[in-house]
Amino acid sequence: MWEILEKAAKENGLVAAFAIVGLVVLASGLISRKLTFGRVQGSAIAILIGLALAYVGGKMSGGTKGLADLALFSGVGLMGGNMLRDFAIVATAFEVHPEEARRAGWIGAIALLLGTVLPFIVGVGVAWAFGYRDAVSLTTIGAGAITYIVGPVTGTAIGASSDVMALSIATGVIKAIIVMVTTPVAAKFMRLKTPRSAMVFGGLAGTVSGVTAGLAATDRKLVPYGALVATFHTGIGCLLGPSVLFFAVKAIFGN
Amino acid sequence: MIIYGTALLAVCHLLGIVLGDLLGAALGMKTNVGGVGIAMLLLIVMRLNLHRIGRLSATSEGGVNYWGAIYIPVVVAMAMQQNVVAALRGGPVALIAAVGSVLVCALFVSFINRMEPPHAEPENKSE
Repeated sequence: MWEILEKAAKENGLVAAFAIVGLVVLASGLISRKLTFGRVQGSAIAILIGLALAYVGGKMSGGTKGLADLALFSGVGLMGGNMLRDFAIVATAFEVHPEEARRAGWIGAIALLLGTVLPFIVGVGVAWAFGYRDAVSLTTIGAGAITYIVGPVTGTAIGASSDVMALSIATGVIKAIIVMVTTPVAAKFMRLKTPRSAMVFGGLAGTVSGVTAGLAATDRKLVPYGALVATFHTGIGCLLGPSVLFFAVKAIFGN
Repeated sequence: MIIYGTALLAVCHLLGIVLGDLLGAALGMKTNVGGVGIAMLLLIVMRLNLHRIGRLSATSEGGVNYWGAIYIPVVVAMAMQQNVVAALRGGPVALIAAVGSVLVCALFVSFINRMEPPHAEPENKSE
């Protein structure tokens, strides 16, 4: 019986991956609602479970591709691989309304630029302090501090190693979780009251899941304004990360 | 036809990657420069233009929206295949970089929002 199941999963890798990821997302939604009372968004929990499974898979197989190195879960490699990941990210651009974005005006654009450059500088600085010296690793970790999507997209483009990529994603995921949990607490300090303030927040905080979850827990009306700016974040990060920011790091730190 | 939306997405994606590769080559790199970002901008422009001439049906849009909605699960699958075992050896880097960048950004949000002109409030009510 087990052999038949194993064979079915192996020969239908991508289909099996859809089922596995669906189960993980379902479990995360339950954990989000029952254990954290919606405070921590389901998607953040799902990503953490994914990273935990990658750890288990990596320990079991001794390989570098986490769960995807186990034959039974090889389809996860295709579903979460570069092709489908970029395809899905490009599709999210469809949700952006440029006419509303234009209303955010120059302050939204400035926040967006600051929200890309500041975390990058902090990320590169911390990576440098911990002994990373090559421009590719420094840039990838810095990009991870922008969002957990910009990190791996940048890392793939400039050829970072898998462990640096994982570190970059971990940085972005931890950042998203901190934003989700602390936004309601820090809302007063950040003056989150008006649509304009939410757009500034969306630009600077970056991570879409963090921004939307954080704003939802603060004031439901502010969510679309923050998300609007934040949805540009990944695009701008993916545009600047492997280009301008990488060149800047290369110019400052050499190879 | 739902495939029109997905095909539009695919064409924008491929064009973005090609343009990103060309940009990379023009800048003297062997890598793709901003291909995903360019693809996103292309899709936004295509959507606006198709909407204006009324050639984008709700069904076609569904062919893009599905993939936009599937992006969190794809990111979960991506997380599942990362080299976490190796990442944990560098532990504090991720934590300190994340906490540091959130703190710096929160300070700037607070600073910029404190400069917001007070007359912004009545504007909101009229909306």
